[in-house]
Amino acid sequence: MQRRLHPEQPDGFEFSPSNLAWAKSQIAKYPAGRQASAIIPLLWRAQEQEGWLTRAAIERVSSMLGMSPMRGLEVATFYFMFRLSPPGSVAHVQVCGTTTCMICGAEDLVEVCRRRIAPAPHQVSEDGKFSWEEVECLGACANAPMAQIGKDYYEDLTPEIFEGILDRFAAGEVPRPGPQNGRYASEPKSGLTSLESLDGEAPAASPSVALALEMGDTVALVGNAEGRG
Amino acid sequence: MTELRKVVIDDLEIEVEPEFTLLQACEQAGVEIPRFCYHERLSIAGNCRMCLVEVVGGPPKPTASCAFQVKDLRPGRDGSPPRVSTNSPMVRKAREGVMEFLLINHPLDCPICDQGGECDLQDQAMAYGVDFSRYREPKRAVEDLDLGPLVETHMTRCISCTRCVRFTTEVAGVEQMGQTGRGEDAEITSYLNSTLDSNLQGNIIDLCPVGALTSKPYAFTARPWELRKTETIDAMDALGSNIRVDAKGSSIMRILPRNHDGVNEEWISDKTRFVWDGLRSRRLDRPYVRKGGKLQAATWDDALGAAAKALARGNSAAAIAGDLAPVEAMYALKRLMEGCGGKVECRVDGARLPAGNRSAYVGNARIEDVGRAGRIVLVGCNPRVEAPVFNARIRAAWLAGAEIVAVGQTADLTYECRHAGTGRDSLTALAQETFERPDADRTMVVVGQGALRGADGEAVLSLAMRIAGQGLGMLVLHSAASRVGGMDIGFNCDGGIDAALEGADTVYNLGADELDIPEGPFVIYQGSHGDRGAKRADVILPGAAYTEEHGTFVNTEGRPQLAAQAAFPPGESKSNWAIVRALSSAMGNPLPFNTIGQLQREIAEHHPVVASLDEIADCEWRPLPEGKLLKGEFPPIIENFYQTNPIARASAIMAELAASSDRPKQVAAE
Repeated sequence: MQRRLHPEQPDGFEFSPSNLAWAKSQIAKYPAGRQASAIIPLLWRAQEQEGWLTRAAIERVSSMLGMSPMRGLEVATFYFMFRLSPPGSVAHVQVCGTTTCMICGAEDLVEVCRRRIAPAPHQVSEDGKFSWEEVECLGACANAPMAQIGKDYYEDLTPEIFEGILDRFAAGEVPRPGPQNGRYASEPKSGLTSLESLDGEAPAASPSVALALEMGDTVALVGNAEGRG
Repeated sequence: MTELRKVVIDDLEIEVEPEFTLLQACEQAGVEIPRFCYHERLSIAGNCRMCLVEVVGGPPKPTASCAFQVKDLRPGRDGSPPRVSTNSPMVRKAREGVMEFLLINHPLDCPICDQGGECDLQDQAMAYGVDFSRYREPKRAVEDLDLGPLVETHMTRCISCTRCVRFTTEVAGVEQMGQTGRGEDAEITSYLNSTLDSNLQGNIIDLCPVGALTSKPYAFTARPWELRKTETIDAMDALGSNIRVDAKGSSIMRILPRNHDGVNEEWISDKTRFVWDGLRSRRLDRPYVRKGGKLQAATWDDALGAAAKALARGNSAAAIAGDLAPVEAMYALKRLMEGCGGKVECRVDGARLPAGNRSAYVGNARIEDVGRAGRIVLVGCNPRVEAPVFNARIRAAWLAGAEIVAVGQTADLTYECRHAGTGRDSLTALAQETFERPDADRTMVVVGQGALRGADGEAVLSLAMRIAGQGLGMLVLHSAASRVGGMDIGFNCDGGIDAALEGADTVYNLGADELDIPEGPFVIYQGSHGDRGAKRADVILPGAAYTEEHGTFVNTEGRPQLAAQAAFPPGESKSNWAIVRALSSAMGNPLPFNTIGQLQREIAEHHPVVASLDEIADCEWRPLPEGKLLKGEFPPIIENFYQTNPIARASAIMAELAASSDRPKQVAAE
């Protein structure tokens, strides 16, 4: 897949004051003359702020680090985690397509994305709310198949549940992240086979799910929620 | 120096420096290692994997010899020297595998590829390629680039060696090229398809080991095996770059660099490389004589007769030599003028080069010394346009840690440079500062012609010599290929160009086109192109260009080099020295040489400094007396890099480059 900058680009880019302070603290980690080492954290923060990496952001970050824009573009096009096109306004869906998820039905989830969102990855849906892509292993193999939406994992998906989650997002709700089949985390579905004494003592939600529920926002980007991260 | 290490390459035991890479060690042992990405003058990338060798007893996998140092080899268990095998079955299989991978996406379009016949991939596929392909899928498709009017791109042929990226970044100093994407989609691009902004960009054509980057002006005009190759010297700037001129029949098809560690390494500027189309157009190919106010074609006898009459009639004659005149022609002309009591002058730009003091008009530093300098002071020069290849050397010194200080006009020199001011007072302050510095002994001074053109030129030069006296030395950066040679043979007179032309009633103009000769005197113009000088002429004697005759050029560091004849002068034009010799016969007082050999022997007798080819004669360091500096800035001397001489002004390619360099820089919209 050839990665190009998006044809429509905003005019400029500036870090928000708190992100700028954070970026400067990252640059300060490296000895003089080695500022270029901070390129990946800075590009990542720029992406979190804007939702995607704009040409202006790449050029701004490059100039902050004393690099030519070409060097910044090389990094931005090398790593697939840098999104070069704008995501949907509500959520960008990243469906894991690596072995375990694929065996457990990730291809069906991708099919839902194609039908519900857009025929091709990185395209924004007609209502402008969603975009999707298939990504490499997200490390939740015990809860396959799964998708990352915003910052949270939605695990143990079926096409129906997945579509329901998308519906709720579209309606402005915040669906509960984590396993969708009643599991607490990645324990066996049929009941504990070890540490059985703890059976029934688990809290209602795992810490990450609890945090998401408490914040009431699972798709927020770090840079937009000032003070987080 | 560290201790040499023993290493056995195949069966040959050699001793090499521990910092050598295996590839260099193999070369020292006389074993050629195939390579695509490795280049001696660029950083090591290690990404083509063609140079794989086997380290016997080392890891059970092939090793990239370009990126593995000898000091990292382990000796055998019994203490025997480490062994490297370059032709074992493992090596052969590994290289065949690499070649197969490279050819997966490389198009089989050799018959329509300009690199055919001089292609590294073609040559190495003969040794390591297999005669079939296991690949059935469609080949990679990529968007083509537009790098500008010089470099043609066929990016489907690219094998991602990144030599072009490393050259433009490291040597040329423009960070516009890079490799975007990854894996199969990795592609070499310029930033958002911008055209290259460098006057050294032509070198990436030579560096490209395949046909991805080829020469646009030369495209589809000749095959390498049908070209007649002549090794000669460039005259576009005063550096004296070593070049190879390739001609087909009577036409010069292209110009390539030759390696000379002391002068141009293996780079040349774009003006040097692409000026050849200027050798074909606007040529003076027959003599002309002005009759009734109009120049009319004439025979050689008529033209020489008219010139002889003018010189004999006149009470005072002056001869001036332009930027492209070889030493032989200038010497012959000087002898001719001595015969008729005329003045001679080669400092046509008005630079106050002190006659007779070679240490002042050449300096005592060599181009190579730039690499040893800790601090380089540029006085009134912009090396990026006056000598781009020399500028690349300064950049290399800067990359190695040297500090660059400039006095003169500000310019983007491709490296960081402390701008100490624009004029003479800044130079005085800088001199004071330099005397007080502890590292004054590592300072090298480069003086441009812009600093020497004022009435106080000698005083500026004197101050520069005082700064340089405690350090590595001074290099006078000339802007004309002929200048040092002219000064060496004494082609000058007291008072410079103004004194030479004052009161002259006949002016013999040997190719000086950058000078307006005042109304009044009868002008004999001898040159190769119908440029400004020819317009003002009363008699035109058509001469050869620098690629069309044997001639000596002394470069800016005082190194005499012999230019060879690569093609014949067009039409009735003749070698420049021969024209002067013929004119002396027409005047009834023939000069005492009939061949260029006799002429060169006579020059060697009187001016041995220009006779010892490729050697820089030692000269006594004679500082000039201190003078009083005037006020004012040092002016830039080159308005447009691509239009500095009659050949470049006749070239359509140079005209296109000049037009685009005048335009404000633009980056493509997406």
